[in-house]
This record gives sequence, structure tokens and C-alpha cells, in this order.
Amino acid sequence: MLPFILKRIFQSFLVLIITGAIAFSMFTFVGDPVDNMLGQERTMEDVERLRAQLGLDQPIPVQYVKFLGEAVQGNFGVSYRQGREVSEIIMERAPATLELAALSAIFAIVVGIALGVFTAIRRDGLVANFIMSASLIGVSLPTFLIGILLIYLFSVELGWLPSFGRGEVVQVGGWTTGFLTESGLKALILPSITLGLYQMTLIMRLVRSEMLEVLRQDYIRFARARGLSERVINFRHALKNTMVPVITVIGLQLGAIIAFAIITETVFQWPGLGLLFINAIQFVDIPVMAAYLMMISVMFVVINLLVDILYAFIDPRLRVAAK
Amino acid sequence: MTEPVLSIRDLTVEIPTRHGLFKPVQNVTYDIRPGEIRGVVGESGAGKSMTGNAVIGLLDDPARIASGEIWLNGRRIDNLNVEEQRAIRGREIGMIFQDPLTSLNPLFTIGEQLVETIQLHLNVSSKEARERALALLDRVSIPDPKTRFDQYPHQFSGGMRQRVVIALALCSEPSVIVADEPTTALDVSIQAQVLDLIKELARETQVGVILVTHDMGVIADTTEQVTVMYNGQVVENGSTDQVLSAPKHEYTKSLISAVPRPQVKLHRFPQVSYGGRETMFKIEDLARNWTKSEPSKSGKLLEVEGITKKFLEKSAVLPSWRTYFTAVDEVSFDIKDGEVFGLVGESGSGKSTVARMIGTLLDVDSGRIRFDGEEVTTMAPAEIAGYRRQIQMIFQDPFSSLNPRMKVESIVAEPLLHHKILPPDQISGRVQELLDRVGLTRAAASKYPHEFSGGQRQRISIARALATQPRFLICDEPTSALDVSIQAQILNILKDLQEHLGLTMLFISHDLPVVRQMCDRVGVMKQGQLVEVQDTETLFSNPQQDYTKKLLELMPRLAQLSG
Repeated sequence: MLPFILKRIFQSFLVLIITGAIAFSMFTFVGDPVDNMLGQERTMEDVERLRAQLGLDQPIPVQYVKFLGEAVQGNFGVSYRQGREVSEIIMERAPATLELAALSAIFAIVVGIALGVFTAIRRDGLVANFIMSASLIGVSLPTFLIGILLIYLFSVELGWLPSFGRGEVVQVGGWTTGFLTESGLKALILPSITLGLYQMTLIMRLVRSEMLEVLRQDYIRFARARGLSERVINFRHALKNTMVPVITVIGLQLGAIIAFAIITETVFQWPGLGLLFINAIQFVDIPVMAAYLMMISVMFVVINLLVDILYAFIDPRLRVAAK
Repeated sequence: MTEPVLSIRDLTVEIPTRHGLFKPVQNVTYDIRPGEIRGVVGESGAGKSMTGNAVIGLLDDPARIASGEIWLNGRRIDNLNVEEQRAIRGREIGMIFQDPLTSLNPLFTIGEQLVETIQLHLNVSSKEARERALALLDRVSIPDPKTRFDQYPHQFSGGMRQRVVIALALCSEPSVIVADEPTTALDVSIQAQVLDLIKELARETQVGVILVTHDMGVIADTTEQVTVMYNGQVVENGSTDQVLSAPKHEYTKSLISAVPRPQVKLHRFPQVSYGGRETMFKIEDLARNWTKSEPSKSGKLLEVEGITKKFLEKSAVLPSWRTYFTAVDEVSFDIKDGEVFGLVGESGSGKSTVARMIGTLLDVDSGRIRFDGEEVTTMAPAEIAGYRRQIQMIFQDPFSSLNPRMKVESIVAEPLLHHKILPPDQISGRVQELLDRVGLTRAAASKYPHEFSGGQRQRISIARALATQPRFLICDEPTSALDVSIQAQILNILKDLQEHLGLTMLFISHDLPVVRQMCDRVGVMKQGQLVEVQDTETLFSNPQQDYTKKLLELMPRLAQLSG
């Protein structure tokens, strides 16, 4: 087990070094930041001074090593546009995105698995068939359209929920949370559903097809022959076997929720990282873009590492193979 | 005579289909007494398993009991509701399935599955359940039950898993066990052990056993009473001795005569002729535009010299820390032109690995393979393609060796296209010819594999193998997934091909009677080594090695039959 984990961790580092190189290459290849920062009326001295100040006059490998060293400490330099520490800006915005992503993920996993199991057990039922048809909407409609439809229905027509922003937030240590106020919670509902709907339907359809596959297996038949009740068969024997492949997909999708929160945040004017990133792209604010890229790749790598470990934890056959 | 513990009276099972009611089981009647083993024999589709499923209340939708009664210990059980049936399942009727590799849940330990079942049926604490589970594991002769208790199914061999399955079926001392082909997936030696265990349990615990099988040898060895089923109906019921030595029904007679005999060598495999299903197969057609295989230069088409294959068992960073499992250890043999060379041995003995190395599906670690004097192991990729064209393989499982998404025509045409044997406009004609030759109709070409039975699929595999006009055919257990009657047809096709086309063959099987009929010479493999190579007749009449003797003794025999 331990060699397996060490191998995975080693591979994770390789991935991070490569994404680090990509993030770094943006500084060199995507436009000239100095041009962007100084505007039309500049002198050559200004340019040289800023270059030296930003460390852009040094050879590229030296810049890369320096960049990695700084990045490991969470230091991504100064935003070209706001002139503030990138890490500071990110820390300010991260809670909004993380809270949104966490709620969407919980929604997607809990509802997705429950509906998946339900539609698999009641395969021919009317309700199950209706859910299956309805889920096609979740898979096929683009996120921004779902967001706009929800806003139209619940904010414009019914007026129940806010259409944009986080509502009132409370400061807990360095973390701003919307979980503690009523308006904060209300503001979370629509964006979380919008963000998690695709993942929810995906997980549901995957759980259903895996579960149907598992229910056809001989050991389920044998479990019936042993006289076990349907409840024990479905939720103990079948569900655990179903989860093995589902976990991989859930892991990948969790990363996707955080990374692709951009669209949802734009639709709902959610003051999170996605919105920050969109603005950064518009202004070619490369330090922010690089930091965002690094942060997302760290999250992906960590989640997948956890999934691999969880995998071996659930499936004893992998434990032996991994030894 | 003691009262029967289970009685089936006039049982009929029906399945509604688009074309009206289909009755896979019709008016079946038989009894099981305590401690008795009743064999139920017949071809697949005869309704044997369906009857067993009806008894245990596990008929798959939309099948249902149409009429008849099932009595268990004086209580009628066919008309119970779902919950009442579930209460009987496992508690009063145990079940053993065919494939021990798939009947245990891979994510739970053996102990968890045993304790779960015991606690469900008997009102005991988890400590008592654990003790009982350990006693059961001991009862079915699993060594070191305490350690095994916490292990997962994948850590057990096939035979050991089947023992665990039997232990699970015995959890609450049922009065009847339905064993559906319990040893079909096992080796001869393991099969003998498992059957002995079932016999012993029946004798000691007085449990009645329904043993569903298609293997006449198992029936002869194990059962006291036998029920012969054909097309959903019981054609004969009686004591095993009587049915096997003096069968009354024509179907039973032809079924018994179709069982390959280890004692004598016959020219052709007798087929089950009952019901007029013997497909006429004209071998002359086959020889029509096919020149005989040209003889090799040395008279030896294939020479295998000290081939070895090791598989990585435990990986490690340093090469010296890695451990290997030697699947094939220094195996050498020759196959002459037009000869059928048999390889026998238990599973895991390396037979298939040898076949795969010859077929270049696996690389050889060391040693040499020469085909018609040319070294295969050092061939350039271009030469290998030419070599592969001359050798073709037929695999064991006709269900997984054909691509389910391809039509039969494309399956058979693929080797022709790949090796560019014919211009595209002639391919469809050649495919038709090939299908004709293996006894399939023209309409077969436009169907998909799942529309065919196991035997028909194996014919498709043969047609595909013949497409390149190979000189050498590797058959890896070509009939072990098939019924006796279908097996005879397929083996006859192979035999005819071999004789008329002068094909050379490597024939792998664990079924010794079949090997005796098919092969000119036989090699016996044990744990990766070739322990004995003999002419077939010598091997069967006068085996030299102890291991060969042991294998021959383990064959279930139809002793009552004078072949």
C-alpha cells in the first residue's frame, strides 16, 4: 500500500512541475506585461526599472526556478492590474468559490447517488422513467442557460431567491462565509444547483448503469439464494460494488466543479475566483492567471490522489495488486 | 422408504413471449429423499436449471410457475408470497451456483458473508455466528479457517471458493441443496474433491441434493437417482445404475452414446442423434478449391525448444527485489506434419501460455520456436505477419472471442482483409463458402454473434480461423464451454478438416476422453513443465509418470458402460 501511495505522490509532483512550467511560460509568451502596465506615455528608463523590479531581466531558467520557489510558498507576485499581492486577492476570493463548490458537490453526490440507486432498483417504474427522461435536460442544457432559467423562474417571476451576489456575509477569522446568514444561504441555492446540476445528472446516470450491471452479477443472485432481503442486497452488496468505478468519476467531477465555476459565477455575479479569473483574462493579468492555474491543478492532483487511495480502501483486490 | 423432503409435482414454467407462451419446463415430477443426491441431466436449454430456480423461488421475470406443485417437508411452497419464499431461501433450501469465481461478493471477506447469512437465519450473537462460521469452514475442509475467515474471495482458488459457497449454502442446515453445475467450471482433480465433499455432506447431514449437470461422468460418479430432461420434459426417471446401464428412452440412449469414452479410440465422435438435429456437413465441399497444406521441409512443422515464460508477481523498484512466477518452464516438443498434438494438464499448468507463445500473442522469455524450420522468436515484424497468416487460433469461450458489434460476415472477412489475401470484390463470396463449410446458412452472414448458440459461434470461430488457409491450427479448449452433443459436432468438424486438409493441430484440453479421440500424441503439463510426451494410445494404456496416472484416475468414468 505505502509504495503505491508514494508512487502516486511522485507522479502528482511531476504533473505539478509540468503545469508550473505552463503557468510560467505565460509570463514570457502571453503579451508583454510591462507594455500593459505602463501604457502609451513611458520612457525607456521606466520600462527598464519595472523590468528589474519584476525580475523580468533575468534568464528564463532562473526566472522559472524562482517562480517555483515562490509558488511553493504561495507567493505569486503582484497583480499587474490591482497592484496587490496575488495571494492576498486569491485568499479574499477563495471562500466564495469554495463554499459554492462544496455545496454543489454535496448536492451532486447525495442527490445523484440517491436518484441513481432509485432509478436502478425501480427500473421499470413510472417515476424512475420520468427522472431518467428529465435528467437528459441536465446533461444537455448548457450551464449558463440553466442559470438564466433558474433566475427567471425563482428571482424574476416568483421573487423567492436573489438573482446575484453572495448576500450578507460574516467574517470568521480570515474566512468570509455565507453559511451563517439567511440571505447568504438563500443566495447560495440557485448558483449551487446551477453548478452541480450537470454533475448530479452525470453521477445519477452512471450510478444507475453501474448498479444495473452489478445487479446482474452472480453474487447478487447468490445473495438472493442465501435469503438476504432486498434492502441488504441493494444497499450493502450492490451499492458498494457500484461505487468502485463511480468514485473515479466523482473525483474528476469535483475538480471540474471548482475549475468550471467560472460560468456560474459570471451568470450570478458571484464574487469568487472564477470571476476574478475572467477579469484577469480580459486585462492580461498574468500573475493572477498563473496563480489560478496552479491552484486548480493542485486541487485536481490532490483530489485524484485521494480518490486513488480511497479506491484501494474500498476494493481489496487493488490492495493486493498495489503491494 | 423414507418420506421425500422435496417433491415436485407436474411443474410447468411458462414465459410469455411475442410469439405466445413458451414453456421451458413442462410437467416435471421428481422427489428428493433426505441424504439422497438426485442428478438432473440434459443439454443446455432442457429446463434443468429452470426447474431448480423454480424450487428456490428465483425464476427471472417474466418466467412464472404456470401449474404444478412443489412440496417441502410436507408444506406447499410454490404458492407462497415473496417474503415467505425469501424466508425459505437459504434457510431451508440452499443453492450452489456454477461459477465459484463470481458467486461471492468480491468486496466483503469470507467471514463477513458467512456471519451475515448465519445471523439472518439463526438468532445468534455475532460471537456465536463467528464460531459457527469457523466450524463451517472447517467442515468443508478449508485449511486454517481462522486466517481464511478474514480474507477476501480473490485470495481463494476456484476449488476453495466453491467450498466457501457450499459452506454458505449450509449455514442454517437446509434440508435441500440445489447445486446447479457445481463443478463445471473446475478442473478434474478439484471437481473430484468437491463432488466427494457433496457426497460426504449428504451422507452425514442427511441433506437432499439436486445436482444439475450436463456431465454424464459426474452423474455416474455421484448420484443415486437421475432425471433425464429433454426439451423441458422429463424423459426418464430412475436409479442411476438402471438409467445408465439400461436406458429406456431413445434420447437417453443417444446422450449416453455421445459421451466420449476414454477406453477406446473411435474414428468419429458419436453425436446425439435424437430429434434429428444432426447437421449434415459435407467435407468434400471443403476440399474443393483448397490445396492441401504443403509439407514442411523437415517433416516437423513446429519445433519448440526450451521455451520459458515468467510473469511478474511482485513489482519493485530494484530488479533484484522483484519476484516472478514461472508459468512455462523449459518446455520442448515437436509437432510433425499433419499431426494432432494434445496438451493436457490442470488449469494453471501453463497449457494456454504455451499456445499463446506459439501464436505470438506473448513474447518468449527464453527458448526457441521454429515453424517449418524458420525461427519465429527472432522474426522481423513483416515476417511475423506472414507467420501469423499460417497459424490460426480457436479459443475456448465462443461468447467472448467474437466481437459482439461486428456482423458475422465482417468477422470472417477480417483476416482476409488484414492479410490482403483476396481482392475486396471476391471477399463476400469466400465468406459464404467458409460459412457453408462449417455448416452455417447463408443468412448467418448478416447476423450478429449474439443471435447464435454456443456451438454455432464456435463454428464461426472455426470459419474465421480457416479464412487464411492456415497450415497450423491452435485449438485452446475449443469445446469445454459446450454441451456433449454440440461438442461432438464441433470435434467432428475439426477432425474432418484435419484429415482432409492435412492440417497440423495443437489441441489443448483438460478433458482426457476428448484428447484420446482427437490426438495422435499427447504432452502432459504440470506446473509449467512438460512431464510426459507419449503416443496417445501408450499414454492412456501405459502412463509412465505418477502425475499422468493420477490425472487418468481422476477422470469421472461411465464405468457401467461398455464402450
